[in-house]
Amino acid sequence: MADFIQALLGHYNNWAFILLLMIGFYAMIAKNNLIKKVIGMSIFQTAIILFYVSMAVKKNSTIPILDHGHGAVEHAIDVAAYASPLPHVLMLTAIVVGVATLGVALAIIQKIHRTYDTIEEDEIMEIIAQ
Amino acid sequence: MEVNSWVLWQFDVLILLMVLVCAVVALQLRDLVASAISFGAYSFFMCLLWTLMLAVDVAFTEAAVGAGVSTVLFLGTALHIRRRAKD
Repeated sequence: MADFIQALLGHYNNWAFILLLMIGFYAMIAKNNLIKKVIGMSIFQTAIILFYVSMAVKKNSTIPILDHGHGAVEHAIDVAAYASPLPHVLMLTAIVVGVATLGVALAIIQKIHRTYDTIEEDEIMEIIAQ
Repeated sequence: MEVNSWVLWQFDVLILLMVLVCAVVALQLRDLVASAISFGAYSFFMCLLWTLMLAVDVAFTEAAVGAGVSTVLFLGTALHIRRRAKD
């Protein structure tokens, strides 16, 4: 039982990932305001980035930057001493793509506001149905 | 150089809780400008979390792009249109 509780509490990053993912998903589905939906989408993205960066963490390791750069390292590098940099660079791309998505979404929201004079989903649906 | 030692897990949990609180507050506020500011705080706490998780490159990109540019984009949109949201 103690092992089970330890296993549940020990992976608190994964619990935060699940909660953030569900918060963002709820906002994308259930919120009425379009900007709230976009904020939910951003929370969803950062939750997935949190999951990937969590996979790169190692115990008793340091940041993935070599002390001696540019050919000064002649011996093999101790990989276990550094956090894995591969998920970091993947998520770096994801952050930049995310802010591009955000910019396009907000531009579309401004266009919707100019056309329908509202950004509430139900009011837009009423205007479209007329 | 043990950056990621066992002492730091309390900070980790504290920052994760602040991230969750900021996410919920950003979604529940009716004022869109306040919502945008709260989302900026969310991004900043995410940046702190990634510094704790040894991903410094992700952390400063998030600080510049997430907490900086996207907050400005949200603020620009929220000030350009009607500020009050229904939910």
